Amino acid sequence: MTTLTGNLSAPTRALAEAEDVRPTRRRLGPGEPIRFGGLIGIAALLLAWVVGSATGVLDPRTLTEPWTVVQTAGTLIENGRLQESLVTSGIRAALGLGLGVLVGTVLALVSGLSRIGESFIDGPIQVKRSIPTLALIPLLILWLGIGEPMKVITIALAVFVPIYIHTHNGLRTIEGRYAELAETLGVTRGEFVRHVVLPGAMPGFLLGLRFAVTSSLLALVVVEVINATSGIGHMITLASNYGQTDIIVVGLVVYALLGVTADAVVRLIERKALSWRRTLAS
Amino acid sequence: MASYAGELSTEVAPAVRVRSLHRSFNEAGGVLNGLDLDIAPGEFVALLGRSGSGKSTLLRSLAGLDRGVAGTGVIEVPEKVSVVFQDSRLLPWKRVLDNVTLGLRAGDAADRGRQALAEVGLAGREKAWPHELSGGEQQRASLARSLVRDPELLLADEPFGALDALTRIRMHTLLRKLCEVHQPAVLLVTHDVDEAIVLADRVIVLDGGVVRHDARVELDGRRSQADPAFARLRARLLTELGVEDDHDAPGRHLDRAVERAAS
Ligand SMILES: Nc1ncnc2c1ncn2[C@@H]1O[C@H](COP(=O)(O)OP(=O)(O)OP(=O)(O)O)[C@@H](O)[C@H]1O
Ligand SMILES: [Mg+2]
Repeated sequence: MTTLTGNLSAPTRALAEAEDVRPTRRRLGPGEPIRFGGLIGIAALLLAWVVGSATGVLDPRTLTEPWTVVQTAGTLIENGRLQESLVTSGIRAALGLGLGVLVGTVLALVSGLSRIGESFIDGPIQVKRSIPTLALIPLLILWLGIGEPMKVITIALAVFVPIYIHTHNGLRTIEGRYAELAETLGVTRGEFVRHVVLPGAMPGFLLGLRFAVTSSLLALVVVEVINATSGIGHMITLASNYGQTDIIVVGLVVYALLGVTADAVVRLIERKALSWRRTLAS
Repeated sequence: MASYAGELSTEVAPAVRVRSLHRSFNEAGGVLNGLDLDIAPGEFVALLGRSGSGKSTLLRSLAGLDRGVAGTGVIEVPEKVSVVFQDSRLLPWKRVLDNVTLGLRAGDAADRGRQALAEVGLAGREKAWPHELSGGEQQRASLARSLVRDPELLLADEPFGALDALTRIRMHTLLRKLCEVHQPAVLLVTHDVDEAIVLADRVIVLDGGVVRHDARVELDGRRSQADPAFARLRARLLTELGVEDDHDAPGRHLDRAVERAAS
């Protein structure tokens, strides 16, 4: 008893002296996660870029030096072109994403909750799914012209499919025993949807959202590069005509930042909305 | 005493009345073949039967969950029926209190839910996620969810089947206490003859799709396995179930568990 309290009052000594004999097994999993491990690879690439440019291995006409890129970005921010392009592209992507998510979710709910809805909706969407959205652009240009509506709708068309597929799948895989429980508790259909269906389909929806964000950026790049008079894609296309690799690289970095930010936001939502889940990660 | 209870159940309108109930899943033969059953208000009935004898089928028909199953017969049950499943069936995305009050439309739903959780010994765990509770605690939460609705009939299909022997004994005590307070009629499906005798006012055995045996448990006060009447009833029920009880294994097992719990 006395030795125990002695140990407690002098934890450092106890740590140094305490025996730790235990059987160990060869570790098969990847082991403890490395802090900021995701950034190490990126840092290595950046370092290679800096070293390559400094030693002249990388021709500036192929890939501009990092410091020139930073400088160009500074100039573009100063004269306001970068912000303007970023806002234009951001609004485009957000509108398309919002519209696509809304349509995809509503269709998934209708199709997941009623057999009639499913028979009408599911088939056409499976067909739509097999046509790459980008192949629809010529038709969309004919119908909608080359203005903003065409761009937003192209993005929305690319977005709603993954949202629909994963939300619908999430709905359909909610266990029947929960529906049975809800029946014995005498809840109304509205309560059933709110308390059982929507939260149950949430993991599927959020998975779909992550795919949707990627799709929306892909569609954004394509519609902006094909034809646009504003936005990051327009900036890149112009720079390409004049051989300004530095501006092209700035544009690409902005696209990357958009993508990473959007993904981080979705993951944050995921962590908040799915805190009830105990996964392998936790 | 027994005759008095018998008279009572014929005088007062029964909570549950089942007449010539037939249920079958295929052409080959019925699972329930003209079953009759009355349960008096506040009566605790344990339902025994071999595996596949149709206990769950009967329970689900009383719960109104056997839509699409072929059959005929008359079932009269009270308006407020609660079901306790073998798995606790808590919605994993709702905190414990929200699970308990799900579908409750009373204004003081949260207060009543909290009170029900306190009754089953889960005060202070209202904000926990279901996966943070142990198996026994989850089952207690599901009991709270059933009782907060003040059911006139409680249907339970092997509610303690997945629990260890010690937790099970605690749950028996808890369930008996709760039933004394809330006074619902209870139909409890179990595989455990001792559980049936310890808990129930009446034990029925299902066989061949009808109630083959109907025994009133006439043991007063604390029901002990040491009581010779307990042993006699147990032997009789096991015989009805077609089990030769010469090695007495389950009893010894349970006794040991009780000793361990007491020490
Ligand atoms: N959904 C179903 N479809 C087809 N047959 C079924 C279905 N449910 C039950 N049965 C059959 O009905 C019979 C009775 O089943 P039930 O589940 O009522 O038995 P039980 O007494 O509850 O058994 P256990 O003690 O093993 O739970 C079994 O033969 C079973 O195969
Ligand atoms: Mg069963």
